[in-house]
Amino acid sequence: MNGTMFRSQNLIALFLIASVILSFGCSGQKLGEGPGTTAPGGSLQLQGSGASFPKPIYEKWVSEFGKANPNIRIDYQATGSGAGQKALLAKTADFGASDDPMSDEDLKSAGGEVLHIPTVLGAVVLTYNLEGVKEPLKLTGQTISDIYLGNIKKWNDERLKKDNPNLTLPDADILPVYRADSSGTSAVFTDFLSKTSPDWKTKVGMNKQPSWITGVGVGAKGNDGVMGQVKQTPNAIGYVELTFAKANSLPTALVKNKAGQFVEASLESVAAAAAGSVASMPDDLRTQITDADGAAAYPIASYTYILVYKEQADAAKGKAIVDFLWWATHEGEKFAKDLHYAPLPAEVVKKVESKINSMTAGGKALRQ
Amino acid sequence: MAQTGALGDKIFRAVLLLAATSILLIVAGIFVMMVQNAMPTIGRFGIGFLFGSEWKPAQEEFGALPFIYGTLVSSVLALIISVPISLGIAIFLVEQAPKGIAKPIAFMVELLAAIPSVVYGLWGIFVLAPFIREYLGPVLQGYLGFIPLFQGRVTGIGMLTGGIILALMITPIITAVVRDVLEAVPTTQREAALALGATKWETTTIVLGNAASGIAGAVVLGLGRAIGETMAVTMVIGNSPQISASLFEPANTIASLLAANFAEATDRTYLSALIEIGLVLFLVTFVVNAFAKILVMGVASRNGKAA
Amino acid sequence: MTSLTAICAAFVTGLLLLIIGYIAIRGFSSINFQFLTDTPKPVGEGGGIGNSILGSAMMTLLAAVIGLPVGIAAGVYLAEYGRNWYGNTIRFVADTLIGIPSIIIGIFIYTLVVLPMGRQSGLAGGLALAVIMIPIVARTTEEMIKLVPSSMREGALALGAPQWRVSWNIVLPAAASGIATGAMLAIARVTGETAPLLFTALNSRFYNYYLDQPMSSLTVQIFNYATGPFEVEHAMAWAATLILVGTILIINVLVRTVTKRRY
Repeated sequence: MNGTMFRSQNLIALFLIASVILSFGCSGQKLGEGPGTTAPGGSLQLQGSGASFPKPIYEKWVSEFGKANPNIRIDYQATGSGAGQKALLAKTADFGASDDPMSDEDLKSAGGEVLHIPTVLGAVVLTYNLEGVKEPLKLTGQTISDIYLGNIKKWNDERLKKDNPNLTLPDADILPVYRADSSGTSAVFTDFLSKTSPDWKTKVGMNKQPSWITGVGVGAKGNDGVMGQVKQTPNAIGYVELTFAKANSLPTALVKNKAGQFVEASLESVAAAAAGSVASMPDDLRTQITDADGAAAYPIASYTYILVYKEQADAAKGKAIVDFLWWATHEGEKFAKDLHYAPLPAEVVKKVESKINSMTAGGKALRQ
Repeated sequence: MAQTGALGDKIFRAVLLLAATSILLIVAGIFVMMVQNAMPTIGRFGIGFLFGSEWKPAQEEFGALPFIYGTLVSSVLALIISVPISLGIAIFLVEQAPKGIAKPIAFMVELLAAIPSVVYGLWGIFVLAPFIREYLGPVLQGYLGFIPLFQGRVTGIGMLTGGIILALMITPIITAVVRDVLEAVPTTQREAALALGATKWETTTIVLGNAASGIAGAVVLGLGRAIGETMAVTMVIGNSPQISASLFEPANTIASLLAANFAEATDRTYLSALIEIGLVLFLVTFVVNAFAKILVMGVASRNGKAA
Repeated sequence: MTSLTAICAAFVTGLLLLIIGYIAIRGFSSINFQFLTDTPKPVGEGGGIGNSILGSAMMTLLAAVIGLPVGIAAGVYLAEYGRNWYGNTIRFVADTLIGIPSIIIGIFIYTLVVLPMGRQSGLAGGLALAVIMIPIVARTTEEMIKLVPSSMREGALALGAPQWRVSWNIVLPAAASGIATGAMLAIARVTGETAPLLFTALNSRFYNYYLDQPMSSLTVQIFNYATGPFEVEHAMAWAATLILVGTILIINVLVRTVTKRRY
């Protein structure tokens, strides 16, 4: 009895001492190292976070770039465009990502000049879960706005039937799904609706996190979340990046553009939407291309951006970011098509190159 | 020996005191941090924050009411489902079941509490939500559709799904506390009742009556847990800040608002509003838990002395 | 009435079996060696949860390393010196801390650790879990120590042993198995936590051996996979859930059958 007692007591003592030492050891040492440490083998680790719109291609990029540059580990977490901008401002990530360019106000509050690097073009599509409807649904800015405003409640509403004379739409309630988090996809979507529906402009407007009409629809987190919700729920409709709908073989609606044509979202129609505005792209590259001119243009298209500080605090990291951005906007573009993103137009790549070339660390250019 | 003993005592006690005090420091730290960060909106919106029904971060309009409503209704719904079942299980285990059956069942009910929240959420999305959409919802609507509670579209995602998941999660907690409370009622009371000619069930009702405040404590404890539950709820409730009579409609709770939006609030006012609503959650759970503890302690000490 | 109460019991135990059975069936088909050791890959290229398992283990270990000593010491204080207003206050506050939603603890650690450090990290995640652990361990430790017969204590004190010697050499060893049980259950509990890790540890697609980097965990990974649109990811969510729930249930079953006591 005595023997066992003392053994267990010694065990406890040993454990307590060991754990106290360990805890001080771990926390102290790791805190001291601070951010930006090198991973084992002298490799660099970069943290990116933000938009979920380009998640599939960014995951592909960091994976492929990692294969080519095993000493640089890049992690991308699709936390949402709002979170991406916050992570950049709070400097909890090395680069942010957002579909919606940052506001002038946020840019002013940033601890340094922020560059917007467009990476690819994408389309926001309306995807829906309607049994028995085989042909693609046709929607206009006005009908989409009416659905999300709660004016169109049933699938067999006259206003929907008018644009879709060939479809037998069910007598069922529409469940609109929207983004509950702050999202660049929402910004692009509401930007288009504000341009095409006066009602929408006054009642909701364009925003990363718009004020959805109370009682209409359900919210979900991330492109993933909206897609999951639409997929799980019959008679639901939601807006997501094209690649998410394609990956799930869910249908996408044709949307009426400025020229009056119902256009399917595709690489070509997105490229057509960008083509018209390349010449007029502002110097800081922040631009919207929704409701673009041109008969072939898909009207809910957008650039998506990586956000970085022009002046990098850490030269080694800055170099890695510059290399990654260069690789992504050049070699990386070849992965775009398979994932249903449109590559950057050549003229835009030129503008991106000059932005990347302007990045510095300690006053020295990072790209030689 | 005595000298080192006295010194050793002092050191030993100081170390223990430090550890114990850390608990106070943590709670105080949480409170101070939240009040500090919530100051901008507390000052700007005052008490109106709690009663505003519009939550529009874009317009800097922050009304917490839909979240408070969603939190309370989903929790109360959970209690309505869970309390009778938990009481039933506890009575069965303490008063009726033979030991050989009671033990494994008690054990399994406790295991329910060990399953992580995110797993309940996963199960909710892929099993419970479709079940409600295909079977439970239409049936409820068929028989009770005249009540506003059961009107509207049934999507499987909404208040009812959240409430059922919560009920499942708090059942083991309420059951365990009620069991403890029932076991604390002295057997002499049961024997006395039986001796006076009461039936077994009448005896049980007498025992329940004596344990009433403890049972109330268990219920309040379950309420506290339901109010603060985050992941499972956020995965099935629909995340839509609205006040709707229908249980099939989506809603939102304070905890799931924080889970979805805290990471991305860039704007100072927005962040402050989120932390203020978190502060509300903190204070409510604090008070609810404190209240539960007082109720449960009452029974334990009374019967402790009686026995 | 007996049949009604029996139905309640049967219903809930039936539900438990249903849930566990469903997880087992859905999860089992996706589990293989590659899944258990690989890191997440772009959708459609397979991938696994090896780094999430490691991350969960590391953060839980860190939480235990901080939370157990502090929690046990606080529990000993409550049992041995806590019969006064200060002890009552701490006991009361500890009980309410147990009830505070874990998402709030996540926000607390975000403000306290993540913002000053400039990034999410395994350290922050582990600290958040430790905060959850401390009050649980403290209260179970106190209960276990109170079960030690006072005759043992009095005997030792009568022999002239100082109080700390009595606590350390007599009381703690006597309560050791109970304390260990409580500790294991607390570990199982924090292994399943998701909400406090969302803002603190974030997630990562790499094996991470350093605590100052964002770290993956099984629970956050399950959440991401579950709420996503891809069938393959849903399958991975179920498989990861099987691993997580399996681990937690095994700890629970072992601990509870070995000690045959209720906590």
